[in-house]
Amino acid sequence: MKKDLKEFKTFPSSTIKEIQRAANEGIYQIRGLGAKRKVPDFDDLVFLGASMSRYPLEGYRETCNTSVILGDRFAKKPIKLDIPITIAGMSFGALGANAKEALGRGASEMGTSTTTGDGGMTQEERGSSKYLVYQLLPSRYGMNPDDLRKADAIEVVVGQGAKPGGGGMLLGQKINKRVAGMRTLPEGIDQRSACRHPDWTGPDDLEIKIQELREITNWEKPIYIKVGAARPFYDTTLAVKAGADVVVLDGMQGGTAATQDVFIEHVGIPTLGALREAVDALKELNMHRKVQLIVSGGIRSGADIAKAMAMGADAVSIGSAAMMALNCNADLYIEDYKKLGTEPGYCHHCHTGKCPVGVATQDPKLEKRLNPIEAGKRIKNYLTTLTLELQTLARANGKSDVRNLEPEDLAALTVEAAAMARVPLAGTDWIPGKK
Amino acid sequence: MDFDLNKQNLREVNQHLQNVDRKKNTRKFKISNPQGQHAICAGLKDDIDVTIKGHTGYYCAGMNQKAAITIHGNVGTGVAENMMSGKIIVKGNASQSAGATGHGGTLIIEGDASSRCGISMKGIDIVVKGSVGHMSAFMAQKGNLVVMGDADADLGDSIYEAKIFVKGKVKSLGADCVEKKMNKKNIDELTKLFKKLNISEDPKKFKRYGSSRNLYNFKIDNVGAY
Ligand SMILES: Cc1cc2nc3c(=O)[nH]c(=O)nc-3n(C[C@H](O)[C@H](O)[C@H](O)COP(=O)(O)O)c2cc1C
Ligand code: SF4
Repeated sequence: MKKDLKEFKTFPSSTIKEIQRAANEGIYQIRGLGAKRKVPDFDDLVFLGASMSRYPLEGYRETCNTSVILGDRFAKKPIKLDIPITIAGMSFGALGANAKEALGRGASEMGTSTTTGDGGMTQEERGSSKYLVYQLLPSRYGMNPDDLRKADAIEVVVGQGAKPGGGGMLLGQKINKRVAGMRTLPEGIDQRSACRHPDWTGPDDLEIKIQELREITNWEKPIYIKVGAARPFYDTTLAVKAGADVVVLDGMQGGTAATQDVFIEHVGIPTLGALREAVDALKELNMHRKVQLIVSGGIRSGADIAKAMAMGADAVSIGSAAMMALNCNADLYIEDYKKLGTEPGYCHHCHTGKCPVGVATQDPKLEKRLNPIEAGKRIKNYLTTLTLELQTLARANGKSDVRNLEPEDLAALTVEAAAMARVPLAGTDWIPGKK
Repeated sequence: MDFDLNKQNLREVNQHLQNVDRKKNTRKFKISNPQGQHAICAGLKDDIDVTIKGHTGYYCAGMNQKAAITIHGNVGTGVAENMMSGKIIVKGNASQSAGATGHGGTLIIEGDASSRCGISMKGIDIVVKGSVGHMSAFMAQKGNLVVMGDADADLGDSIYEAKIFVKGKVKSLGADCVEKKMNKKNIDELTKLFKKLNISEDPKKFKRYGSSRNLYNFKIDNVGAY
């Protein structure tokens, strides 16, 4: 842009382009991954660290526990994860079989869980996953009581952070024979799943639905309820009331396989504020740590995880970052990104099925670009790094268990983050809105 | 073998029925005093016969595999939801979402079924001797919904490849659902189904409804239909 030309603040060139695209095509944009706009997030918080009043722990000599038990409220068989970092639900269909297998391999080596998605359970992912969470979604594609009994936990999906209130989408390019068969759909159609469950509406019904799921699985499996960050205080309260063992809260930055851009960018609230509200609800009900809270939506680093845990989460879940560890948006096959009209670092084209790196595709040629064994190792390395970072920060704050991190360990760098996370603005004791 | 839900708790009864001892050879069971409890006979997976004497709550016979269950009463929301196989007979009326997402087997409702009967069905056969409420067979993917009475508004909205047969009046059809020709193949299919279920009805008196497949791929010209 030339320096002496003045851009319209209301109509920057990207907005003008979008207006013209809309005028030409007459339809909204559908795309993958999460919000591209900047929202207050964990980068707006810092840890205080230890000094005179808090003693740090020695990095290599003193242990710092990372394991977490999920689902011990009602389930006879809660799951014990070695690290508090889980792999989020991403459907076979949205992701290729190799990507699903790689996620299972990496997570299993680290003693943590993976999750199915809107398309049922594949044998490959059950086989490669030590702990597998089975999603019950509105579409119920591939839902099967045998798979339900094979799962280690059940996740009732009420909503997703990228689109609270929206149903799943998978465009025709990705509905090949196997995907279509698993979903009982004709090949090649644009699949738009329901946004409401077919046999319950509201928390009172959900309570009964959960009772049914428990009856079918002998009261063994932990039952999670996943909600998009809409009204987290009330949603968490109602999830607890409905009988959840675990609440999964997905903030607006959370990724998706295919959703309208307007939905991704404009519905739901950021993970930071949502998490605090959910923790408030659990504390008010005296259920904090009794019903575990898993948070997701824009988690990238051990720092993000440590901050989420300091704010009261029991574990986190990662989607987009795990895909990136598989090579999503990597500097490879650049010509193929160009064909999609994008570049590494900017790609959000999961919906096209033409993923240049073989992650979000059903095309056998593209899928070959992802070796599930090598990619599984990268997932393991990435999870290891996250865990080491998390432990480093916990020790720096004098904690021998990552779940001992607490809001008192945090300060905010912006007024917005201080208000959302309800921690003091750095260098002050001021928490906006707190009397 | 008899159970009494006045005296035994649901977990006990379901657990017994879910793990029937094959050697004992008892394959006939009766449950009395269901008192509208939820999830009665959910998750059964054996070839057994269960008779329930009275009204049941939500999700009776949910996710059934192989079992034959007869309910001598009315049923709450989601009877036989996500059923895989087997046969469920409801002697009375059914509440909402009967047979929702069912993958296989047969559900017979001798009375009426409320709204969203057969919602997202994936291969089940549902026969309703009375009428069905609005939005029945919503997003129905596969299987047959046969209605001897009438169907309320928006029948078969956003339907995929399931087939709907109605003998009575249809108040209105939902998006992308159209009346289709009853050809010989359809008549034969229905004749076979009626024979299998011992139902004396004339298939020729039924009209068939299904997807016009116009909304299968998102086209801007169809936006008004959504
Ligand atoms: C490719 C892709 C597919 C997804 N599929 C599902 C799904 O089937 N069910 C679901 O509940 N969430 C789905 N999600 C959302 C994730 O489970 C998770 O909530 C989200 O990715 C977390 O945010 P993050 O991507 O910022 O880590 C999907 C996300 C992605 C990126
Ligand atoms: S690189 Fe593949 S997985 Fe990543 S955004 Fe592009 S299409 Fe999706």
